[in-house]
Amino acid sequence: MTNDEIRDFLRNAIDENRVMLFMKGTPNQPACGFSARASGALNALGVQYAALDILPDPRIREELSGLSGWPTIPQLFVDGELVGGSDIVMEMFESGELAELLGAEQPEEPVDPEPEPEPAPARRPIGLENRLD
Amino acid sequence: MPSALELQRRIEAALPGAEVSVEDLTGGGDHFRAEVVSDRFEGLSRIQQHRMIYEVFDEEIGGPIHALSIKTAVPKEPARPAAHGPDQPGATP
Repeated sequence: MTNDEIRDFLRNAIDENRVMLFMKGTPNQPACGFSARASGALNALGVQYAALDILPDPRIREELSGLSGWPTIPQLFVDGELVGGSDIVMEMFESGELAELLGAEQPEEPVDPEPEPEPAPARRPIGLENRLD
Repeated sequence: MPSALELQRRIEAALPGAEVSVEDLTGGGDHFRAEVVSDRFEGLSRIQQHRMIYEVFDEEIGGPIHALSIKTAVPKEPARPAAHGPDQPGATP
């Protein structure tokens, strides 16, 4: 795969998935605490989202940051727009803005958005290898 | 290896007048948390505010600075009595 193909794939993933999270690892097995918090917040809201692990090839992160102008991982996109990294996602989760943006119910109890051991049913995996999904 | 103080001074230099505190989260000089209060953030989205901090360090983010957690805010207006408003004394609920 060329860099251009990776970038096209990323652009499509952002366009085709209303809630698109780029992270290190997967929602079930996050490979970094920041990514774990971002996916944990989405899990706590029970929203359906697509997630892409950027770790398999360093070019994924390079192309993603080139596309978004955002240097760090995770990156959350909603409706094709960059919402932010883990700090912004967590601020918005705690204030209820994220629930509002995603049309989700804010959990009544403040949830500690640590990764859950069980996968949430709403989750949809996405990867370079299943691009026809 | 950058220090919290170095990061703080660089943010202060880029955003004159900002109130900046930087914490070295691990003591290892690679995971930092920066809290920045600046009136330059007024009217900007969080994304734009965080970008202003990232731009200070550019390529060092992800390199020597492995992780930089950011919290930005606009300074709170000094408290002053509102001339009009629902909380005026004497207003009936």
